[in-house]
Amino acid sequence: MLPGYPEAQPVQGLAGGVLIGLAAALMLLGSGRIAGVSGILARGVRISSGDMALTSAWAFLAGLPLGAALIALIMDLRPAEFAAWPVLVTAGLCVGFGTRMGSGCTSGHGVCGVSRLSQRSIVATLSFIAAGVATVFIQSKIGG
Amino acid sequence: MPYAKKLLPPLVSGTLFGAGLTLSGMTDPARVRGFLDVFGSWDPTLAFVMGGAVLVMAIAWRIRNRMGTPIFAERFSLPDRKDLDGRLIAGSILFGIGWGLAGLCPGPAVASLALAPLGVAPFVLAMLAGMAAQHALSAMPLRQQAVVD
Repeated sequence: MLPGYPEAQPVQGLAGGVLIGLAAALMLLGSGRIAGVSGILARGVRISSGDMALTSAWAFLAGLPLGAALIALIMDLRPAEFAAWPVLVTAGLCVGFGTRMGSGCTSGHGVCGVSRLSQRSIVATLSFIAAGVATVFIQSKIGG
Repeated sequence: MPYAKKLLPPLVSGTLFGAGLTLSGMTDPARVRGFLDVFGSWDPTLAFVMGGAVLVMAIAWRIRNRMGTPIFAERFSLPDRKDLDGRLIAGSILFGIGWGLAGLCPGPAVASLALAPLGVAPFVLAMLAGMAAQHALSAMPLRQQAVVD
């Protein structure tokens, strides 16, 4: 599909990206909010207070697996392989702690903030991509 | 009707979001780690995902600037901080480490609950625990934090 990168799926990537953009646009223009998953999740389970209604937070959170299930119905998805559970738990702790400390994740900073040209979000996005690249590189060196 | 007006937009938004993540392959940790593997066999797909999403949202922000109030809510409720601080950068780096380790971030992890609930459950539970731990630590008065340090 993309010369030199046999694994790449640029068309599906772009189409999925547009859907994510429309989702975030609906949250912004419809509900007046940032579609940041880490923030809405923390709100939904009452870890953070915030002024988003709990019912709205749960409506958004319920939509995520619903949308995934709809695509799984119409597409032949390659079954995902997850890391061993000690890695998953370590990673989950880092992601949970880090996204709250840094006020956002790939959706809030990476999509909503970057497209707004927010300096904070651009710095956050560069930071988590750099840290992710470094982590995968180190893992490949130590065979983890 | 007012209830539907309030709940339908976030439900539709979440559904579009989950569909987009799944269609683009972002619920597959191998594909996400492939994007981060720039020194190995790089998979640029995530760049197309981010590009498509940012493009649509860039237009949405321009529309927002001409709107007084959102369509289904009374007011906009948006972050307005401009300062860069250590918490932003340290938190984002910690997030990036976890993202690289598992190939999962919050959106795809929650969406995957429909695709592989048992596989993703340890990550989701640990993520919630991490969020709770951060909240508990940041809620501690400064004096107490100094003692812990």
